Amino acid sequence: MQLSREALLGAYRRMKVIREFEERLHVEIQTGEIAGFTHLYCGQEAVAVGVCDHLSVEDKIVSTHRGHGHCLAKGCDVNGMMKEIWGSREGLCKGKGGSMHIADLDQGMLGANGIVGAGAPIAVGAAISLKIDGQGKVAITFSGDGACNQGTTFEAMNMAVVTKAPCIFVFENNHYSEHTGFEYSVGTSKDIASRAEAFGMKVWRGDGTDFFSVYETMREVLDYVRAGNGPAAVEFDTERFFGHFEGDPQRYRGKGELERIRETRDCLKRFRESVTGAKLLTDADLDAIDAEVMDTIEGAVEAARAADRPTPQDVLTDVYISY
Amino acid sequence: MARMMYRDAVVSTIAEEMERDPSVVMLGEDIVGGMGTPGGPEAIGGIWSTSTGLFGKFGVDRVIDTPISESAIIGAAAGLALSGKRPIAELMFADFIGVSLDQIWNQLAKFRYMFGGKSRCPAVIRMAYGAGYNAAAQHSQSVHQILTGMPGLKVVMPSTPADVKGLLRTAIRDDDPVIFLEHKALYGMKGEVPDDPDFMIPYGHARLSRAGQDVTIVSSGLLLGFCETVADKLAAEGIGCDVIDLRCTSPLDEETILDSVEVTGRLVVVDEAPPRCGLAGDICALVANKAFASLKAPPEAVTPPHTPIPFARELESAYLPSADKIEAAVRKTLSWR
Repeated sequence: MQLSREALLGAYRRMKVIREFEERLHVEIQTGEIAGFTHLYCGQEAVAVGVCDHLSVEDKIVSTHRGHGHCLAKGCDVNGMMKEIWGSREGLCKGKGGSMHIADLDQGMLGANGIVGAGAPIAVGAAISLKIDGQGKVAITFSGDGACNQGTTFEAMNMAVVTKAPCIFVFENNHYSEHTGFEYSVGTSKDIASRAEAFGMKVWRGDGTDFFSVYETMREVLDYVRAGNGPAAVEFDTERFFGHFEGDPQRYRGKGELERIRETRDCLKRFRESVTGAKLLTDADLDAIDAEVMDTIEGAVEAARAADRPTPQDVLTDVYISY
Repeated sequence: MARMMYRDAVVSTIAEEMERDPSVVMLGEDIVGGMGTPGGPEAIGGIWSTSTGLFGKFGVDRVIDTPISESAIIGAAAGLALSGKRPIAELMFADFIGVSLDQIWNQLAKFRYMFGGKSRCPAVIRMAYGAGYNAAAQHSQSVHQILTGMPGLKVVMPSTPADVKGLLRTAIRDDDPVIFLEHKALYGMKGEVPDDPDFMIPYGHARLSRAGQDVTIVSSGLLLGFCETVADKLAAEGIGCDVIDLRCTSPLDEETILDSVEVTGRLVVVDEAPPRCGLAGDICALVANKAFASLKAPPEAVTPPHTPIPFARELESAYLPSADKIEAAVRKTLSWR
């Protein structure tokens, strides 16, 4: 199905926001201004946007430690996220969560998660809830080639099948679980989706560096799950442009690997080539978005720098609703 | 007032709350029992008979029999709670928290804080705990000291059928995650239970089950009854004991403990969990710190030894705090001055 001009511009814009959000953090983190651990999503934008562009606010997602892209794609506010990463009390989580724990329940974003593999069972619970509500909504859990080795992921896949929950397991295979190659750590390295198949799910596979592959694949997956067929899984082959965490020297990479994947596997470049080649959009259309996004990110950083800092008293609030 | 067993207080409270609020759902292993068998659903029912009849009444969407997957059970409860439901998840044995601890500790307990106070996580995690069944090291443990150490959880351990009713209803209606610990040796205990459909016991309020002027005994769960036996025996000798049933270990009712010790000057804490970094030491430290001037004797802790729980009847009996050990500790505090 042909996407409208507005949908194409929107998808590009959302991918570009994630890209520039992460590229800017990569620079800012080196100044020491941002505290803690940060894991950047750069390179995988087509997956987050190609999945979330199908979702409504009532659909739920559960994310990972590499969660900025999922958050932004699901509708979390750019300024609120930047302020959170800066540790401001004006951040989405009042500076209590930080990069690894951004959540926005109002957007159906049930949280990034610092524990690899912890998200899948939570998504199954959300999916059971949505099944009870009976409105055809779905819950999606994003997992990488690291989380696919966690027992929680296996338990969640079986539980989803047993309860016929409208849960979608999206496996983003970026070839590295932290600092270890997937050919070493994943027994079915060329085929994570086959694991979901073994649990009794229908599975799909797509190219995670191609927005259109992700988007079209997800349309099929969502049609299947929204129709009440129970859970499904999809694996997207993708690339991680930065290290596991910021500061990772990435000595495990091959010679010229990062340059090669940036050159040949960049989802934004591929999107531009595809839509300008097909004369759906012009370079000028996309350049205008690029400029606008750079302003958005610059504005978010300035706002984060200027935002209120938390006070020592804030440590004690928000543990419970009733004490 | 109706007279009922501790286990029936559990199941009737769940049924009443499921009736009242359609967002309450229950999940756990074999809570229906018999699913996928020739005998069919409810052929067996939960092993503690704490979900009897619920499947027939509320159906497959709200009474969810799960595979043996404790992480997924707790994780699903977390996801249900974040999505607007009020899940009651059952761990068949408290010992199984080890299998699911990440979902309890890093997920449920921390959502609200990590998300800047913007989430509601009304999940109840019920579990059967405690020794007395010769079930040995992996099916007899008291886990409240582990869970009380986790900010973000409320930890409740009722000692009577009436308290099950009032504390469980509070748990189900609470918007925070609650760990609800049911002592397996108390499931058959009978007692009077209020009929009021809104009977609730607020958290952080201990119950004075015996009143006296000489010694304060603090406990909860199965051992509370042992403490009451000791108090009744000593009362005949003219020795008065305050017996405080904590009801909750988080939040802790410090005030009731301190008020009592300020009168008695003597403290004995009786706990079924291991002694190190535990509840007994915690309360002794609280009293030493905040009621030091009132103390007439060093605070005493009566706990099992720092060993796993043994199997043989003689060994389990030796392991558990007994009325004799509690009485000896009380007399020891009285031997000072």
